[in-house]
This record gives sequence, C-alpha cells and structure tokens, in this order.
Amino acid sequence: MRHITLILVIAGSVVLAGCAGNGGSSTESDLRGNFKQAGSSTVLPVAQAWAEAFGGMHRDVQLVVSGGGTGSGFNQFCRGEIDIADASRPIKAEEQAACAAAGIEPFEIQVAIDALAVVVSRQNDFVDHLTVEELNRIWTADASKQANRWSELRPEWPNERIERFGPGTDSGTFDYFIEVIIQPFDGKESKGRSDYTPSEDDNVLVQGVAPSRYAIGYFGYAYVHENADKIRAIAIDEGKGKGPIEPSGETVAAGDYTPLARPIFMYTKGAPTGALQEYFRFGLGEEGQALVEEVGYLRLPADRLNAMREKVG
Amino acid sequence: MLFLFLSASVAAVATVGIFLTLVLNGLDFFREVSIWEFLFGTTWAPDFFPRQFGSVPLLKGTFLIGIGASLIGVPIGIGTAIYLSEFAHDRVRRVVKPAIELLAGIPSIIFGIVAIFVISPLLQDWFGAPVFNAANATIMLGVMVIPIITTLAEDALRAVPREIREGSYALGATKWETTWRSVVPSASSGITAATLLGFSRAIGETMVVTLAAGLVPTMSLSFLEPTQTITAFIANRAAGDLPTGSVEYLSIFAVGTVLFLITFVINVIAQYVLARQRRRFG
Repeated sequence: MRHITLILVIAGSVVLAGCAGNGGSSTESDLRGNFKQAGSSTVLPVAQAWAEAFGGMHRDVQLVVSGGGTGSGFNQFCRGEIDIADASRPIKAEEQAACAAAGIEPFEIQVAIDALAVVVSRQNDFVDHLTVEELNRIWTADASKQANRWSELRPEWPNERIERFGPGTDSGTFDYFIEVIIQPFDGKESKGRSDYTPSEDDNVLVQGVAPSRYAIGYFGYAYVHENADKIRAIAIDEGKGKGPIEPSGETVAAGDYTPLARPIFMYTKGAPTGALQEYFRFGLGEEGQALVEEVGYLRLPADRLNAMREKVG
Repeated sequence: MLFLFLSASVAAVATVGIFLTLVLNGLDFFREVSIWEFLFGTTWAPDFFPRQFGSVPLLKGTFLIGIGASLIGVPIGIGTAIYLSEFAHDRVRRVVKPAIELLAGIPSIIFGIVAIFVISPLLQDWFGAPVFNAANATIMLGVMVIPIITTLAEDALRAVPREIREGSYALGATKWETTWRSVVPSASSGITAATLLGFSRAIGETMVVTLAAGLVPTMSLSFLEPTQTITAFIANRAAGDLPTGSVEYLSIFAVGTVLFLITFVINVIAQYVLARQRRRFG
C-alpha cells in the first residue's frame, strides 16, 4: 500500500513538472520545431545571427546551424538530412536532379548580397590594387600565363613566391570565383590551379594570410570585416573604365564592385510553412536585414527584397 | 572456448576486411586511371581540370615528413633508451620513464594544436616560413615517436644477457666501451625494429599533418614549404562530401592501399628483425 502511494506521488510530480515546463513565459510559444541548417561558410554568419535572434524570440524553435561548404550542404539537403541548405551560389542542375530523385523540391530564397573580397596581409605594403586579368594570372592553371612570383605581375613588386589561400572545391565561394575570374578567360571546364592551401573554414584562411607578406587569399567580405586589423581587401579593377573599386557597403549597393558581388541563398524543401515561414519573414524583414549588415554583408536591394517577401508569403 | 577463439580471430578478420575494402575499391579506381599515371605522375589534382592523379607528390610528402621525424625521434629515442638501460640512476629512471609514458598518451590532436600555435610562429620568426609547412609537422612528429622508439629500444637492450656485459668487464673494458661495443651491437636487431616501427608510426599519423603541414601537394623537398601527405589527403577528402563511386572518391582507396602496403611491409620486416633478436638470445 505504501508503495502505491509513493508511486502515485512520484508520477504526479513528474506530470506537474512537465506541465510547468511547457506553460513557460515565452511569448509566441505556439511556434515549435527542430531544424537543421548547413552549407556555405559564407552564408554561415547570417544563418547564425538569424538563428540566435529568432531562437531568442521563440524558445521552442531550435535551429542547429553548421558549415561544410555549399556543395556539402546541397548533398545533405538532397538526402533529406537537413531542412535549410545555405548556398553562396545557385543550385546546380545535377544537384537539382539529385533532389528531384529524392522527392525534394528546392525552394530558392535570396537572403543577402555578399562581396567576395581578395585579401592580403596588413604586412603587405606593395599591392595597391589588382586588375581582373592579374587576378586571373595568379590563379589560372594555364602555364603560359601563370604568375608564380609577385614580380611577374609588375616588375616593381618583390621577387617572392605568391602564397595562395582559398576555399576548397566544395565551397560555393570557390565556384563563384572560378566562374567570374577563371572561366571567362580559360574556358568553361577550367577550375584554376590546384596548388594552393585550401580550406572550407574561412578562419583558417585568415590565419594563413595574416602573418605572411606574400600571401593572397579570397573569401566572403564578412570575414575581412571581422579581421580588419590583420588583413585588408584589395581594390579590383574590372577593366571597364571604372578604375579600381574597393569592396564596401556603398560600392556594392551602387553596383560598382563588379564582378565579385553576388547574392547568397538559403534553400528549403518547397515553400516554407509554419515556423520556417516565420523565420524567413523575420530574416527578410527589417530586423533580419539589419542583422545581415551587422555581420558584414549587404542587404538585398529594395526591389529584390520585395520579390523575396512575396515569394515567402 | 568458442567465444575465446572468436575474440582472438577478430583481429585477423578485421585486418583482412580492411585490406579487401581498400583493394577492391582501389581496383575500381584503376579501371579509370592508369597505374602508370598514378605511380609516376607528379601532379595530384583530383578536383581540378584537367584531372590529374599522379601520386608522387603525396608519397613525397609522406616520406619527407616520415624521414624527417625519424631523424629527430630516432637519435633522441635510442639515446634515451641507452641512457635509461645502462647508465641512469634509479631516481632518474623513476622520473623519466613515467614522463615518456605520459608523452605517449597525449592525443595527437594536442600535438596538432601545439604545432600550429607554438611551432609555426617560431618558424615564421626564425626562418620566415609560411604558416603551414612541413617542418611544423616534422618536428612535432619527431617528438611523438620518441616514446615508441625508446620503449622498444629499451626492451631490446634489456634482452641482452648479463653475460655479455660481464664478459666485457672481465676483459677490462670500461662501462662506456662495454655499452657501445658489446651491448648496443647485440641489441642492434631490436633497435632496428624500434626505428622501423617509429617510422611506420610517423607516416601513419594524420591529425598533425592535416592541421599543420598545409594541404598543398607539391614536389618541393623543402621543409619550409606546405606539403600534403597521403593521410592528410584522405582526412580532408573524407570530411567533405563526394558522390560515392566517383573517381575522386575512389582515389581515397587507391592511396589508402598504398599507405596500408607500406606500413604493412615495414611492420613485417620489423617483426622479422625482432624475432631474429629473440632467437639469438632466447
């Protein structure tokens, strides 16, 4: 008899504890869900900022965010392992096909504008700007025009080997860089030279470039923003008469920092509903776009922002 | 009884299983890439265009760091073993031996972190080296293999019978002469085995080389340049996402097989050498 009483008491406490936990004081606790998000390391700062803010507003929504590269993100997404794929380039045809085969319909949402910055260490005192052609010569696989030393680009520069750092081949940043800097000159198949230090983690790239006077790297502008004391972004001259343009909020918004400004994306399985729809309404709203600028990216131009808001609903 | 037999056979089954996995997938790889290009090509660029699968840069990286680490670890390791076995006071031995065991127990990732945050800045300051280079990994690996070499060499030295030492003293030799002219040569098989196993450990190490040596496969023999080993390539590749069955994916198994064979051969030789020592002294 005593045992039954004990059991009832314990069971009762558990039930009460459960009720107390759920009836918590969070506002809008009608939204719930566990979501996984992964992919581009370029989009990652935005994803993290949004997840933190949105998760703070809706305590029953859990967003787990990670990196791994755009290619890796799409792989997981098309296998149904994650709910949101972060991408710094649009989905490719073969990735689309892989998703279709798994019954997943990728729904594309542009979330921000990124500037791809070409960076050197603050210890590098000789590079003022680079033309797109010089950039091509640094990264091309074509041995006839490859530049291996800084002096091969301009004779007044030091006769030292160029140390290259960049994203790995899984990275959307890599794909985009190759698309605008290598392929227009070397053909659609080319992927540039392979002898550089690769990493999908942009922090590793910063670590590699910062201490070395002769290093050069490229990654999303947000990481320059964060590490401005160690590295600096070089002005790029597209050769179309505008002269060398440095990446910044103003130049990108004005459409001057070409060809290295690009939209970044998040993809969901079909149009987002419920908690995910609220998430994107938040991200495309004033608060979300302000966060985008805070982490070093640029908000979508007004017309595109409206188009995205309509798309998400 | 059956259970004990099964437990004992797990090791053999696992080894054979791993070998078969490597070789069978490796064969798929060689259906698309010529063995000639793989064994003698000097550019390793599986993701780039045009795709190149010359494994020489990876082999160079593996051996450069392996031999470099041995050049550091072997003299120190054997020297320590000789000192501990022949000369050291009990008090010294009681401190040094546990220290070596501790060193052996440190996880390799810790060595990797030390390589990036301690060794690399030093090399940058002293030699103007780039952040990631072969020397980072070589130095750390040299330290990492000391415990293995010391332990095995010390076992070999202890296996040398007392009679040899006493005979030498009886003939009027000093302790120094006895050690270097009688004891060490008698233990030479064991010491050789220790060296081989230390080398084998160095070329199989993954964490330190992935973090600190840079990930650029080159043909350069300079220690102050970034380089890539077989293990670093596999680790980097496996962490990403590749379509299963594609040539880039299969390349992991091809180089994995090569690494497996190299360490297998070294270990077999080492076992043979150790057995020979045992036969000499019973």
